[in-house]
Amino acid sequence: MKKRNEVLYFALRNKKLLIGSGIILIFLLLAWVGPAFAKYKPFDYANPLGAEPPSTEYWFGTTFFGQDVFSQFVNGLRATFIVGLLGGGLGTLVGMIIGFAAGYRGGILDEILNAFTNIVLVIPTLAVLLIIAAYLQVRSLLMECLFIGLTAWPWAARAIRAQTFSLRTRDFVDLARLSGMKPYKIVRREIAPNMMSYLVLVFILQFGGAILTAATLDFIGLGPTNAISLGLMMQYAVLWGALPLGMWWWFVPPGLAITAIVGALYSMNVGLDEIFNPKLREM
Amino acid sequence: MRRYLTRKILIYTLTFFLAVTIDWLIPRFMPGDPIRNMLARVSVASNASAIQMMYDYYARLFGLDLPLWQQYLNFWKALFQGNLGISTYLFPTPVIEVLKRAVPYDAFLLIPSILLAWYAGNNFGAIAARSKRLDNFILPLSYVLTATPYMWLGILLAWFFGIVLGLFPIAGAYSFSLRPTWSWTFVLDLLHHWFLPFASLFIIDFGGWAIGMRNMIIYELEAEYSRYLTALGAPQRLIRRYAFNNAILPQITGLALRLGVIVAGALVTEVVFSYPGIGYLLLAAIQNQDYFLIQGCFLFIILGVLIANFVIDLVYIVVDPRTRRGMVGESA
Repeated sequence: MKKRNEVLYFALRNKKLLIGSGIILIFLLLAWVGPAFAKYKPFDYANPLGAEPPSTEYWFGTTFFGQDVFSQFVNGLRATFIVGLLGGGLGTLVGMIIGFAAGYRGGILDEILNAFTNIVLVIPTLAVLLIIAAYLQVRSLLMECLFIGLTAWPWAARAIRAQTFSLRTRDFVDLARLSGMKPYKIVRREIAPNMMSYLVLVFILQFGGAILTAATLDFIGLGPTNAISLGLMMQYAVLWGALPLGMWWWFVPPGLAITAIVGALYSMNVGLDEIFNPKLREM
Repeated sequence: MRRYLTRKILIYTLTFFLAVTIDWLIPRFMPGDPIRNMLARVSVASNASAIQMMYDYYARLFGLDLPLWQQYLNFWKALFQGNLGISTYLFPTPVIEVLKRAVPYDAFLLIPSILLAWYAGNNFGAIAARSKRLDNFILPLSYVLTATPYMWLGILLAWFFGIVLGLFPIAGAYSFSLRPTWSWTFVLDLLHHWFLPFASLFIIDFGGWAIGMRNMIIYELEAEYSRYLTALGAPQRLIRRYAFNNAILPQITGLALRLGVIVAGALVTEVVFSYPGIGYLLLAAIQNQDYFLIQGCFLFIILGVLIANFVIDLVYIVVDPRTRRGMVGESA
């Protein structure tokens, strides 16, 4: 109980964590309630006049086709959080499974998994994603999460493997093994809790990475085929001449939101690192 | 050193093997009929018999009537002959020709931006670790930069410097009125078009390297050898130099690990600036459902990243004496 109080004590005094989580909360709220406030559907041709700068009727202006940018923005924000949560979550999960298995078992299994990790690590994730996405005629948001999660795990697996390596020779793990505990249970009860803080950091970085990867895929035209996303908004803006026409309200919000969310995640990451790791605390 | 190199080459060979296998596998085992989809989108032929002929041609090119293992072997054979199929979007140019035309632009954009950002970011990070005031300013800025999606910074730069200020062109690699020649006018025009995409890649990567180096230097200055040197009364400059030399090694490994992300960044930057490299081709290929071109781009990207990885490994041998003595320092 005392330890938890200590973590909370430092957490509430860590500016990086507070600012980071504050920004995330604001955007999360916007993604949650925003669509209810949007007067139009993302793809509806709401404004008969076409492109217009922000006004009281169209809060973020309208696109070249007269679509409401605010509606696209809040709905795209929702997709961004879903990709981060599911894609990043899956990446962390696969990384944990492979990292724990390789690190705890060692031996031949470790050799094989490590070689496999190194190979997947060298292949540029985006290249694989784009060839898969290109061949699928209909793509959903969930599919995008699945692909991103299944290609993003290698560095997480490597980091978790290294941590597991250093933990598995500790006395309490030996003790658990002597008492006849099953390997799966040892990992779950003895090893994982001791690197919980580390796993949280991995998840945050995977979350941010998944958002950036999804933005890239969407921007290049391989995102979900039936939904709006922030990357897709930027693609439309570029393809339909928002730059030469000076329609800044079309391309500034989506990029700004991604930068703010991912930046806030990084800031939280550094802040949490300082909380968990006493050596890094600013005195 | 030989062990280190053999290991690396083995991994790269396996990777290339896996990549080619993926390249072969995906079109064959994805739901749907890629050839039909492709032909449905192409306007090369309009009447039914011509479409059937095209279909047969592509089916033969894929070799779909042969047993699977034969198809796989043929795929490799064609690959070694440099045959990647024929682009439907730029019909009838072979894919390899299309890619050969695009690659110089990629090299021209990627190599300077990667190397300069790495060099400048490392030096700036090392300086930032030294001064509290600089650190307080550089660190948050660098975090914002690494969080910025590549295309968005590209869009902002193109809009501000290209449209609002009108200083730079925002599309193409050179003006439409010019023909590629080795004249001063053309070279200057080329650089004029190159600058914004280059700057956009440079700025984002710069942030990442600066953060990495700053953290590394602080870590190294806390290490035992630094404290020992301080205790001996060694000059600060000497300690800093040792710290820098040690901190640069993980940064080299980091470069190898980040290559994939940087290349992806270059792809979308090229789309923003209509810069005629692989990224721009890829967008056109996707929009026109040109599968051969997409697969060709995939192979070229992977080949490029593998070659770059190998070059980094060679550099590592020069920089880190441990790899030469057979003590694999950094994890292989």
